[in-house]
Amino acid sequence: MKITVDFDLCESNAICMDIAPTVFEVRDDDFLYVLNESPPSELWEKVREAADRCPKQAITVADE
Amino acid sequence: MDHVVIVGASLAGLQAAQTLRRADESMRITMVGDEPHLPYDRPPLSKHYLAGSWEEEKLRLRAAADPDALGLEWKLGTRATALDVDARTVTLRNLDSGAEEQLGFDGLVIATGASPRRLPGSDLDGVHVLRTLDDATGLKAAFDAEPNHVVVIGAGFIGAEVAATARERGLGVSIVEAAETPLSRVLPAEAGEQITALHQAHGVEVHLGIGATIVGDGTKVAGVELSSGSTLDADVVVIGIGVVPSTDWLDSSGLTIDNGVVCDATCMAAPGVVVAGDVARWPNERFGSALTRVEQWDNAVEQGGYVARRLISWAADEEIEPYTPVPWFWSDQYDRKIQLAGVPTAKSELVQGSFEEQRFVQIFLDDNDAFVGALTWNRPRQAIQSRQLITRGASLDEVRETLAPPPAES
Repeated sequence: MKITVDFDLCESNAICMDIAPTVFEVRDDDFLYVLNESPPSELWEKVREAADRCPKQAITVADE
Repeated sequence: MDHVVIVGASLAGLQAAQTLRRADESMRITMVGDEPHLPYDRPPLSKHYLAGSWEEEKLRLRAAADPDALGLEWKLGTRATALDVDARTVTLRNLDSGAEEQLGFDGLVIATGASPRRLPGSDLDGVHVLRTLDDATGLKAAFDAEPNHVVVIGAGFIGAEVAATARERGLGVSIVEAAETPLSRVLPAEAGEQITALHQAHGVEVHLGIGATIVGDGTKVAGVELSSGSTLDADVVVIGIGVVPSTDWLDSSGLTIDNGVVCDATCMAAPGVVVAGDVARWPNERFGSALTRVEQWDNAVEQGGYVARRLISWAADEEIEPYTPVPWFWSDQYDRKIQLAGVPTAKSELVQGSFEEQRFVQIFLDDNDAFVGALTWNRPRQAIQSRQLITRGASLDEVRETLAPPPAES
């Protein structure tokens, strides 16, 4: 799995951080940081949910 | 469960379809939608799309970017007109041809959403509502024609966002709202006053606590008459006074209809019939047993996914935890990001920032001083932290510590 974030779309709503905090982090500077762009398989379901629930549809998940 | 029919091809319905497909590669899934368009995202309609900065293609919901990707049978431009729970059929009418058909199902997802309330005069030229892509396209064309003055009736989300977008396009705008503050259904009065100030600072004329009557010459709108006696001239009027759940087609179904489709704590209205999104009314056991209906984007996605799992558990005769989300929404107006997690109460405390800075975190406590809600302005991280803290019932000390101002060096 490979995660890409379109930072032109991302508005730091931080929903992804709620769902997968070990992968996504919105810091106090209000920017999203992807902590692990190729997360292990046990996190894939959470990452897919984070992508589904991003209100800006800014997260893309590619299967590899 | 060989065949699931999903009525309502928007956010909740599509998420249900996607969740079902991930769980079962071979299940037959039919998506019925009365709009002719593939599923699209509604929040940008009042913002980027209306502003002219996004084209229609950009609105498409990603799971439908490739309409064949999920292996769904699409029935768009098709309206469900009746449901027979015992016979397990829905009646469908193609809005183009008028042809009717009966479609059988094993499992049914009801996700028909809601439609805008209207006022007398709604049919005059120049009067708009905003719910669908076609509504937004019509309103955008009206804005493109550079009207002299736009009057927005109702200062809810749609009204406030449309007013902001119209101002950003350089149009003259008035808002008329019957309540004493904007967004009064969802925000405490103090926050509503901030919204009023924000719009006034951007040159919007705001009339509060005033009733509005649309006036026209029989064909075209001329303005809005206020209950105070004066009249606002307008060549465009936008009605944003809320929505009613789309349940007409279920009147003879035997399901309980009362401000939405009433269902149990697992969002099931009858065996194998589940409900999600704006149309669902269920008891959220996290906040007691009162029936709630939530008109929020994130709930539509979460509940759409949940009801898909609910159907799967029903078919397998397995138990499932009730659906108990902590609500969360956002609204973007001008450069402000306003978010509310949980539920507001009369007992509040500012734990970070100030109204003057336009950057703050305000928390809400219930009668027992438990943390149940947070309002944030331009503080997205704290909105989500609040949601997590509410979810796990954190102590007030922990809440204050977590949401307190960040160290300067961060």
